Amino acid sequence: MVAMEEARNAVNEISDKYKYGFVTDIETEKAPKGLNEDVIRFISAKKSEPDWLLDWRLKAYRKWLTMEEPTWAMVDYPEIDFQDIYYYSAPKSAEDGPKSLDEVDPELLETYEKLGISLKEQEVLAGVAVDIVFDSVSVATTFRAKLKEAGIIFCSISEAAHDYPELMQKYMGSVVPVADNFYSALNSAVFTDGTFVYIPKGVRCPMELSTYFRINEAGSGQFERTLIIADEGSYVSYLEGCTAPQRDENQLHAAVVELITHDDAEIKYSTVQNWYPGDRNGLGGIYNFVTKRGACRGKNSKISWTQVETGSAITWKYPSCLLIGDNSVGEFYSVTLTNNYQQADTGTKMIHIGQNTSSTIISKGISAGKSEATYRGLVRVMAGADNARNFTQCDSLLIGDRCGAHTVPYIEARNPTAQVEHEATTSKISDEQLFYCQQRGLSAEDSVAMIVNGFCKDVMQHLPMEFAVEAQKLLGINLEGSVG
Amino acid sequence: MLKIENLHATVGGKEILKGLNLTINDGEIHAIMGPNGAGKSTLSYVICGREGYEVTAGSVFFNGRDLLDMSPDERAGEGIFLGFQYPVEIPGVSNMNFLRTALNSQRHYRGQNDMTAVDFLKLVRAKAKELDMDPEMLKRPVNVGFSGGEKKRNEMVQMAVLDPCLAVLDETDSGLDIDALKIVAKGINRLRNADKSILMITHYQRLLDYVVPDFVHVLADGKIVKTGDRTLALQLEEKGYAGLDIAGNAA
Ligand SMILES: Nc1ncnc2c1ncn2[C@@H]1O[C@H](COP(=O)(O)OP(=O)(O)OP(=O)(O)O)[C@@H](O)[C@H]1O
Ligand SMILES: [Mg+2]
Repeated sequence: MVAMEEARNAVNEISDKYKYGFVTDIETEKAPKGLNEDVIRFISAKKSEPDWLLDWRLKAYRKWLTMEEPTWAMVDYPEIDFQDIYYYSAPKSAEDGPKSLDEVDPELLETYEKLGISLKEQEVLAGVAVDIVFDSVSVATTFRAKLKEAGIIFCSISEAAHDYPELMQKYMGSVVPVADNFYSALNSAVFTDGTFVYIPKGVRCPMELSTYFRINEAGSGQFERTLIIADEGSYVSYLEGCTAPQRDENQLHAAVVELITHDDAEIKYSTVQNWYPGDRNGLGGIYNFVTKRGACRGKNSKISWTQVETGSAITWKYPSCLLIGDNSVGEFYSVTLTNNYQQADTGTKMIHIGQNTSSTIISKGISAGKSEATYRGLVRVMAGADNARNFTQCDSLLIGDRCGAHTVPYIEARNPTAQVEHEATTSKISDEQLFYCQQRGLSAEDSVAMIVNGFCKDVMQHLPMEFAVEAQKLLGINLEGSVG
Repeated sequence: MLKIENLHATVGGKEILKGLNLTINDGEIHAIMGPNGAGKSTLSYVICGREGYEVTAGSVFFNGRDLLDMSPDERAGEGIFLGFQYPVEIPGVSNMNFLRTALNSQRHYRGQNDMTAVDFLKLVRAKAKELDMDPEMLKRPVNVGFSGGEKKRNEMVQMAVLDPCLAVLDETDSGLDIDALKIVAKGINRLRNADKSILMITHYQRLLDYVVPDFVHVLADGKIVKTGDRTLALQLEEKGYAGLDIAGNAA
């Protein structure tokens, strides 16, 4: 603890240097519980939004009122009382958070330790009231300057609403229409904030864009909205999330992510999701109901989703691709790990509209404990999509005999030239494999982690390098207690 | 080094080892032969602590410590290596990564630090070369798609890198061609020194021409029924178990 104290002092010292570049005075304010038009007006006013955006929200809200919560997913949870939720609370003031790491749940700290997260980052992640976000400020500043030089826009959705209204109005809701589903409508009405990215024509984004650099806005996680546009011939790789476990008092998360690629453009979107999954007995945990969709509007464009999902009590998520442009390519690489009482219903949709479009789906599901994981995937080839191709590989790995894995593939081919391949396997970690690893010196837990990481390799190799290393450790940590 | 007394063990409710005694001293090489189903692999698993192999009576001590209290990985850390009769495939995990994790786990157990990546690479490459293994195979997933002989050779590379105190080799010679057998034998002989011991399970006298044992035991029906020097193996080769009045396991 002495060492921690020292490190913290050092951090605070560095922090002083940046004192003036930063807004620390955020008043805490909550909208009243529940949802009605006044609450939406309140949110919009808080963010001094332009009128068009308030109208957009209100329309979404009115639509939402007419919709019903979907029940088709293979997940089970008590009914959500949408009037018992706070839809707006300003970022917490310093006094509310823990004063130091000594006040933070030791179990959480232990996990940070295992992930090799630095003390400074630990403080941020645990919500310790350090009054500014030290290093990332300087990093973010140089970072933004570099992006600006390239003409790239990378800012919050709120900023974009003010500064880039044409882009926002043109693209927001164009891939995931407001009324796409119950949760997208809810998000459209009440979204708190999120990320906006625009890559101009012919620009290759010089670095991986990560929400990490916007960590000071991490409090907006509940109803996040992300909009990424890659103009002709551009490329961007975007990293969402963070391997560190994130606790959040908001149980319901309903994000919307929209990606758009024009001719010859490519977006690579990688996610590591590690929201609080609830305790060993299935108490608590985040409900993660996300709508993610990308539109390959241009010829030869490409969208690739890679996700490692280990967190949340319930996950309901189908990152999809609309392959509109001829020769466009959609990819989905996914690892979903469920343990204890977690439930995940996840997969993808590949909609082939243009000619010579192709898609690849590789899904690896690992179930342990009493968890349930479902892969739900749709491959649809429209009548005009000549020579469309899809390859789907869907593997499930079971650990123990009280968990479940389900595969629900839907294939709709309306064009006779379509080539759709689907392979699925279900396996168990065998006693032989476990014993073999242990005989070589690995603990039972390390053995499981090693076998699981091997199982996920085809997906992990699509993650950016550092992310992959962290994700590997993460799988190990989330599997703890799943053997023996 | 290893002292087994009156060992009884059951598998799936069935008693397989029925009062087995075996003492192996430092630097000795012992060979165990015996009919199919006699319990040879079972013995190797019990020594290494495999789950499901239940010891119902007797004791196993390794360098004076009670092995039966230890988990399989602890036993590995103590320096026991098992060359598997049927090496297991682990898809997606490269040989290199597997071995490195294994070695470092054992080093941690012994209170040592990780071996640096550079030193490790040197070590593995050298051992692979000694055993005539194509370095490309080190990048491939553990045993996946390896031929029977390649798997056995891979076991020997692992043994050479992990450098155990006691190696239990379960039919390491089965499935090897003559050249491979010589290479593997060379690998085993290289491990041989005054403070290491080897327990070889084999069906064939051939291996014993290259790795000369100090003792040959016959295991039948869950017990060591006969012990001799290397000439015992020659007699067995000639006359078979029946000829020596040793009944094959009825099961
Ligand atoms: N899980 C199990 N349940 C019941 N019997 C088992 C089980 N595993 C092994 N056995 C039995 O234990 C006996 C000993 O098997 P073991 O593999 O030790 O023989 P072995 O001497 O190594 O034979 P081989 O020379 O063929 O390799 C056999 O009869 C086998 O069928
Ligand atoms: Mg055997």
